[in-house]
Amino acid sequence: MKIIVCIKQVPDTAKVKIDKVTGTLMREQVPSIINPDDKHALEEALRIKDRHKDVKVIAISMGPPQAEVALIEAIAKGADEAYLLTDKVFAGSDTYATAKVLAAGIKYIGDYDLIFCGRQAIDGDTAHVGPQLAERLGIPQITYVKELEIDGKQVIAKRALEDGYFVIKANMPVLLTAIKELNRPRYPSIKGIYEGCKGDRIHILTAKDLNLDENTVGLKASPTHVSRTFAPTIDKRELEFLEGTPREQVRHLIVRLKEEKII
Amino acid sequence: MDFNFNREHEIVQKVMREFAEKEIKPIAAEIDRTGRFPRESLDKMARYHMMGIPIPTEYGGAGGDDLAYIIAVEELSKVCATTGIILSTHTSLVCWPILEYGTEEQKKKYLIPLAKGEKLGAFALTEPNAGTDAAAQQTRAVLKGNNYILNGTKVFVTNGGEADLYIIFAVTDREKRHRGISAFLVEKDTPGFSIGKIEDKMGIRGSSTAELILRDCVVPKENLLGEEGQGFKIAMATLDGGRIGVAAQALGIAEGALEETIKYVKDRKQFGRPLAKFQGLQWIIADMHVEIEAAKLLVYKAAYNKMKGLPYNKEAAMAKLFASKTAMKVTTQCVQLHGGYGYIKDYPVERMMRDAKITEIYEGTNQVQQMVIASNILK
Repeated sequence: MKIIVCIKQVPDTAKVKIDKVTGTLMREQVPSIINPDDKHALEEALRIKDRHKDVKVIAISMGPPQAEVALIEAIAKGADEAYLLTDKVFAGSDTYATAKVLAAGIKYIGDYDLIFCGRQAIDGDTAHVGPQLAERLGIPQITYVKELEIDGKQVIAKRALEDGYFVIKANMPVLLTAIKELNRPRYPSIKGIYEGCKGDRIHILTAKDLNLDENTVGLKASPTHVSRTFAPTIDKRELEFLEGTPREQVRHLIVRLKEEKII
Repeated sequence: MDFNFNREHEIVQKVMREFAEKEIKPIAAEIDRTGRFPRESLDKMARYHMMGIPIPTEYGGAGGDDLAYIIAVEELSKVCATTGIILSTHTSLVCWPILEYGTEEQKKKYLIPLAKGEKLGAFALTEPNAGTDAAAQQTRAVLKGNNYILNGTKVFVTNGGEADLYIIFAVTDREKRHRGISAFLVEKDTPGFSIGKIEDKMGIRGSSTAELILRDCVVPKENLLGEEGQGFKIAMATLDGGRIGVAAQALGIAEGALEETIKYVKDRKQFGRPLAKFQGLQWIIADMHVEIEAAKLLVYKAAYNKMKGLPYNKEAAMAKLFASKTAMKVTTQCVQLHGGYGYIKDYPVERMMRDAKITEIYEGTNQVQQMVIASNILK
């Protein structure tokens, strides 16, 4: 079985500070990490590898050259190989263009049974790339997977909803997006870090390698435009506590709502 | 000249930091309170190849280097000095001498399970009457047929009672003084080997410190480490490396205490403003930061020298001397900056101050480090 896991290197938003004057993110000194949901995606692939014979796990990422570190970490956790799709012309890609590049990378690798993505990345929070990728590859997708079973050439997944879950069965190849309830990710092993840093299991692919025309990727080919990034100001609202028995509280609430002309 | 980590070290630091925060920190106060040996932490560390970081992969290790291992001890010690010393003892004082002096058979039999973390190691040199004067060993080893028969008592053995394999030093030829000492690999269930008193310590309370009793302890001849009479040399060379581990532990303790204190002084308000806004306290914090950075350079330099095959006897002694003094000074000041809250167990700086003291004492007291440094520069 061949499993491809899409991972994104993101700034650790828990450690990002916002410039009080300009309102922009201060990205310097912010450590880069594997996107948290992608860690769950990778973990699930590695668990399948732990439980089944002849499973190959391949990590893939589109990003700048330094995103190689995320792939080293993936190898250090147990991935067999990794592909970094990196090219100046990919810069500024939105989710549409990113899915296009990733789809080209996955077709280049070929012959896959499962594709795992994280639900969404903590820097953009769109949750677009997984579903777009499945559409581009023409394969079924199951998003928000919180439990997964493998049964021969089929997967049986629990897809989380706000107040319950679907049980969905699909034939391979299929794309799955992972949520944090799916598993608890392992750490990279120290031995694996040294193996990953040798670099011989990480393949670098450019637009040319993937036969991608530079006008169809990157900022130019991205229909989404970010007009402004800002930290929202939170206006402090007044808070009023209503006291007494529940009956008194409700009566008081109705009076207050009428006063405010809400009802 | 380059002061930057290479990529391996950067990733090791990041991974060790996350591992220490999530897996080790949550039990640090509990194992200090109860004195419980954190066996579950060692199982986790074994899974991620943290128990034999500088040992080559063919002997079960991670295939890393001394600096990566030192970073691991530092990061663990930031949150739990107990875990730091268990790893340092196991790696520097047991895995390393077997790698360096062991026969191929000894490496296969003992180093592989140790470096994989399946077995734990301990090092027994100190005796009730042979501390700093380590050559005054009274434990005897007499060759009878294919076995050495060991008799004597060892004290202050870190990982004692928890370890599976002990490197034990004993006199094989009394006439030759320190040239008559030999080193032996002794398994815990060897006939005549037993654990005596478990010490009740001021700090590093989750680590085990035990007395070993050897009564006609029968050690197979093939378990002699190195050659007969080479024991003292092995002990001294091993302690040189161990000192870098203890220096990293001390550095970690100091860094951990300062991190906790920075959080505290930003949060705690007196006279209507956070403590961090008072210049008198800012000066103390600035000085602590400088001393920690200076200690860090000495510790990394010693590890670098060892890694590059350069002399490190003096460098290790300087790193251990300065880092341990820094740990004691910084933790004491951190308790001071916490005021009354620093003296109670609700805040970790209380534990860190108790943990810091031992780093000035073990693997050669700081006075021994001064002797080593002086003998190097007065040659």
